[in-house]
Amino acid sequence: MDSRIESKIGKAGTVPVVPGAVRRLRRGRWREVFIETFLRLNGFIAIAAILLIFIFLFKEGIQAFRTIPAGHFLQSQELDFDNVPQTVRLWQPVGQNPKYSLIPLLLGSFLVALPGTLIATIFGVACGIYLAEIAGKRTREVIKPAIELLAGVPSVVIGFFCLATLATFVQDALGTTFRLNAMVGALGVSLVIVPVIATMTDDALRAVPGYLREGAHALGANRWETITRVVVPAGASGLVAAILLGMGRALGETMIVLMATGNAAQVTLNPFDSVRTMTATIAAELGAVPQGGEQYRALFLVGSLLFVMTFLINLVAELAVARMRRRLAL
Amino acid sequence: MKRRFVETIALALLRGTAFAVLLATILLIGSIVRGGAGVITWEFLSATPTEGMTHGGIFPAIFGTICITLLMIVMALPLGVCAAIYMVEYAGSSGLARVIRASVNNLAGVPSIVFGLFGVGFFILFIGRSIDRVRGGGLLFGQPAMLWAAATLAVLVLPVIIVNTAEALTAVPRSHREASFALGATRWQTVRRVVLPQARAGILTGSILSVSRGAGETAPILFTGCAYFLPRLPIVHLGVPFTGLSVPMVNPLDQFMELSYHIFIMATQSTDAAATRPIQYGTTLILVALTFILNLAAISLRVRYRRGLESR
Repeated sequence: MDSRIESKIGKAGTVPVVPGAVRRLRRGRWREVFIETFLRLNGFIAIAAILLIFIFLFKEGIQAFRTIPAGHFLQSQELDFDNVPQTVRLWQPVGQNPKYSLIPLLLGSFLVALPGTLIATIFGVACGIYLAEIAGKRTREVIKPAIELLAGVPSVVIGFFCLATLATFVQDALGTTFRLNAMVGALGVSLVIVPVIATMTDDALRAVPGYLREGAHALGANRWETITRVVVPAGASGLVAAILLGMGRALGETMIVLMATGNAAQVTLNPFDSVRTMTATIAAELGAVPQGGEQYRALFLVGSLLFVMTFLINLVAELAVARMRRRLAL
Repeated sequence: MKRRFVETIALALLRGTAFAVLLATILLIGSIVRGGAGVITWEFLSATPTEGMTHGGIFPAIFGTICITLLMIVMALPLGVCAAIYMVEYAGSSGLARVIRASVNNLAGVPSIVFGLFGVGFFILFIGRSIDRVRGGGLLFGQPAMLWAAATLAVLVLPVIIVNTAEALTAVPRSHREASFALGATRWQTVRRVVLPQARAGILTGSILSVSRGAGETAPILFTGCAYFLPRLPIVHLGVPFTGLSVPMVNPLDQFMELSYHIFIMATQSTDAAATRPIQYGTTLILVALTFILNLAAISLRVRYRRGLESR
């Protein structure tokens, strides 16, 4: 393209020749190539860094299977005092006969994440609907920044709040046996994900075109009926995505559960028991394990599992958002 | 009549929950301000911990937080912004670009502790130890240090920065780019003179929010460089050749104290957690104040920016 312009300038002479214009053009083109290469390099470095995490995590995690039989990640046999073999489901990586059952950790993670997501869904979705459909401009300008500030609070601060204030409050109110239990963690986690769900619900509902609401009103529906029968169904995929993303965050939350759930790895379904999540296990044990050992690899396996779980949840959420965009033809 | 009744109740409930969230936020912040406000004095901010961490201040933790945040910004921000510009302005919407975009989006949701695992396994044990092996003579790089902690945080915030920047760039209408191309501008001229000026505020907002997220993270740095107690600042005196002078410089190969880690360790691992509650509250308040300043800056910037977009 460059040379074509050059030849035109040269031949016809109809374009007034500015001294140095050609040189400037050529230099500009080199700059263009240079900048594009530089930016592309940055892109590739960023992607490479991200891919590395994935590869590295799995490489270390898979090696856990070299020394630990796969079945032991579910349960293992142990001789009790009468030398009768017992089936145990324990995570006890330190000791003579280390046990690596993932069941107590998975149960712990879900005992925190599911109630946490449930609580946050109720409050977050309601808050999002209020912001998008009901709140006036002035109220919106108060609540929206408050939610954003809540989203910006570091999780260690919320963990500290749970540990120092909320745990006592919950124990006094409900009379639980353990001061730190899964429910305290769930409440703390819900504080983290309410802003996520509320903001995404708000965005999803505001993306619903106004003529749908006007149509509903014209048919005689009141505001509540418009919300439940028209707006929410139209934005349903967005709501699903919001809840899923919230759940992904709840599963991956580390500091709150480490500080507020009591950290006892046990097989339980009672949300008022002390539990230990997958994230807390990594955080509690990684500092003390020798590199390359069995436990080190087992922790990487737990990390890989977490990665896969949250990645899948996020992927489904993304598909849901894409579906909503398509349906609303945005 | 019944419909009207249901509507009134339902709307009131929605309003109630929204205000409950507001109330929860106020309670959370309120309890921290109430617990911490009395502790904060000039001495608390400027002194080091004394008497087995039960007295004294938190200056080394503040210093460490600022150092590691700056180091993280240097590592992640230019890389992330450039990568996002490439993704949005150059890569187009080919299949590969879409896959990359989806994976970057997803990585923004990967648990922070997973990044901690990566930091220990990759930066310290793989890269650090390899450097040590090549260099010979003792452990220097292959141990927890500020450099690795900052690198871990940088990897954590990188996808967040890319996503936020990409969002700000895609918000610039395509017609503006087309107009610029039609005037004969090259791609870079378009990016620099048309797209970036409009996206600047958005990029800045997103970057501040990402940095604030990184500054408040604890899980990734638990094992990559934080120290429970360090009586000295992570500073090294470098001699300037031929002058005999020495210049103090932050030593990225040293361990450091950090605010969020300080809160965690004081609240859970110290021998008498109840006795040091005031210090814990004070530290928490400082951390919250730090992240709030960043967040408020981002929010007010965005409000101004949105207003600017609407008036156009």
